[in-house]
Amino acid sequence: MHLDFSPEDLEFQREVRAFIAENYPAELRGKQDEGDELSKEDFLSWHRVLAKKGWVAPAWPVEYGGTGWTATQKYIWSEETARADCVRLMPFGLAMVGPVIYTFGTPEQKARFLPGILSGDDWWCQGYSEPGSGSDLASLRTKAVRDGDAYVVNGQKTWTTMAQYADWGFFLVRTNPDAKQQEGISFLLVDMKSPGITVRPIITLGGEHEVNEVWLEDVRVPLENRIYEEDKGWTCAKFLLAHERTGIAGVAASKRGIEKVKTIARAELDGERALIANPFFRRKIAELEMDLAALEFTELRSLAGESSGKGPGPESSLLKIKGSEIQQRLTELSLEAVGHYGAPYFRGFGEGDNAHPIGPDYAHRTAPSYFNTRKTTIYGGSNEIQRNIIAKMVLGL
Amino acid sequence: MDLSFTETQNMLRDMLARFLADTYDFETRKKMLARPEGRDPGIWKALATELGILGAPFAEAHGGLGGGALENMIMMEELGKVIAIEPYLQTVVIGGSALKHAGGALADAMIPAIIAGEAVIAFAYAEPQGRYDLANLRTTAKADGAGYVLSGQKAVVYAAPWATHLLVTARTGGGQREREGVALFLIDARLPGVVRRDYPTVDGFQASEVYFENVAIPGDALIAGGIELIEQLVDEATIAVCGEASGIAHRLHEGTLDYIKQRKQFGVPIGKFQVLQHRMADMFIEVEQIASMALMGTLKLDQPAAARKAAVSLAKAKVSRSLKFVGQNAIQTHGGIGITQELAIGHYFKRGTMIENQFGSADFHLDRFEQLTLDA
Repeated sequence: MHLDFSPEDLEFQREVRAFIAENYPAELRGKQDEGDELSKEDFLSWHRVLAKKGWVAPAWPVEYGGTGWTATQKYIWSEETARADCVRLMPFGLAMVGPVIYTFGTPEQKARFLPGILSGDDWWCQGYSEPGSGSDLASLRTKAVRDGDAYVVNGQKTWTTMAQYADWGFFLVRTNPDAKQQEGISFLLVDMKSPGITVRPIITLGGEHEVNEVWLEDVRVPLENRIYEEDKGWTCAKFLLAHERTGIAGVAASKRGIEKVKTIARAELDGERALIANPFFRRKIAELEMDLAALEFTELRSLAGESSGKGPGPESSLLKIKGSEIQQRLTELSLEAVGHYGAPYFRGFGEGDNAHPIGPDYAHRTAPSYFNTRKTTIYGGSNEIQRNIIAKMVLGL
Repeated sequence: MDLSFTETQNMLRDMLARFLADTYDFETRKKMLARPEGRDPGIWKALATELGILGAPFAEAHGGLGGGALENMIMMEELGKVIAIEPYLQTVVIGGSALKHAGGALADAMIPAIIAGEAVIAFAYAEPQGRYDLANLRTTAKADGAGYVLSGQKAVVYAAPWATHLLVTARTGGGQREREGVALFLIDARLPGVVRRDYPTVDGFQASEVYFENVAIPGDALIAGGIELIEQLVDEATIAVCGEASGIAHRLHEGTLDYIKQRKQFGVPIGKFQVLQHRMADMFIEVEQIASMALMGTLKLDQPAAARKAAVSLAKAKVSRSLKFVGQNAIQTHGGIGITQELAIGHYFKRGTMIENQFGSADFHLDRFEQLTLDA
């Protein structure tokens, strides 16, 4: 056991760095540097570069379009993309429905849907939560009734991230109202342009439009768009929740986040010195580094177990809990660091006035980002639910 | 010792609470924020004329109600309960105290104008480089004939877009961080050379970057008292926002308690889950301590400077920490709906978050307390 990269790994690292340096979209980089809000096309611009190179889905098996990288190479990849501050790829296709389709789908379904996920031509969203079904997901009520060669779907979904852009959605629906809760649910792929679908924005605390309500009224979904068996959709959902939780640790992104906090703390003044020299503030940075190192090596141990054949299991709840807490603390520190300039609100703000600036650029998104990041301990199975999973599935309580 | 409010104080609280219940519900507040000026000036006018309570902390000789810091605390608590975006802190608490200190013709002219709702004062004290150090000033006021010429930039001046007057800290001498040479001026907000860049704040107010570009101000704009007076004003303001925090924390807890009784998951109200019951109990403990610290600080504002500062710093440090705990747990317990603009709870959380660092973070105040009491 050791931590050293082999010469091949080091060569791979050089290749990745050079690739990012040469191919990361310049316009996207500019917008990120300015702190601009990113559009669908912005996210897709990087996705398409990677798709062309064949690097868009490192986690997938090679036969479906994966890279065949070793665990170390995947680690290097996530480190390098975070280090270079590349935008995250939208997870709904690549990290969520894609693995469900190649694991549970028919050959026809794989051939039909996987290419669009890889190319980025299809933008996906997730229809899981309902107004009355959050932590208790299995109580969902959106129902699908067979009518000839299709299901007729009626109901309401909520917290549907980026549904305003989506071409397709994967939905959990109740196909058997008489079965026990988890046993009457099916997993459907729904064309978001189908008649009867209404998407309404939900505006979050920082003013963002990320999430939506999705209303389904007599939406016809062909039977062939059901993944896996009827009434067995919960199997897909559980598989997917475990997958979602592994990515959620966000170690590489949080490392990058700590560097950003340090940059702010070096620029901010605290009397005669920089804020980073303030003993209270630097201690908080050190404590974050400590917790992040513990998380990183917990994740590496978990991945090592996975590559030896154990799938991501209930212990991934640990990664979700600690990862989300660290992401929140990073935004707390940034907000604390910028002092008075956490208060100005920039969304929809008029033209710039360089002669009369409103604080440093790095301060502009700190408060909205702090507010928005409260979601990380709520989504993907709230941290309370994750603790229930550990208590029940790991500890046998 | 007597910790009970007087009948007059209780009446003041009830009157304001009733008025705000009628005029400041969440939907109405949303509409105020959406107006071009970002507020409904009619509310301020009604507080002045209809209720006649902007005079709460002023002497009867000036047309006030004869109260003081406790009356300010009561007002701020009630305003906090509806996350009011009224310039009470800036105009009455800070501006009013400066004028009481100044006395004379200035007070005789300005205090009745405040009470009548005609004068609105914004406090331009923070600077981009200064963090929470009140003496860290680059803004200068250079003597020029009988008056001064004001130059510099003030950061995040809450209520400046609405202000008729600005209360400005500036250097008449001394080096950037020296206590000597710091002065306080009350100026007309519309003087030539006062350049504002206005913006909304994340907690629903309007604020400005205020640039003084060689602004000629009269000599009688100076309010004597220097850094000691400014520290006193900021201590009073700090305790006033502790009172506001108490009102906000109260509502954050109350709103969450209502929610967990109604919200059902797994077939039961989520309030039945012990982990949430304990969380609500912990939040309750913090809410009570915020109220205690607001009161402690208020009652010690009249102590000698060193004791006053120590008490204010303890209060603010505790309030900042407790408010963070209460706010974050209120949102977490609401789940997704807590991070939307749809429920009031998120808006209380936003204002509460801004209070955490307003007039100094928990770290800043613990550090100040240590310097005052441990280094002595």
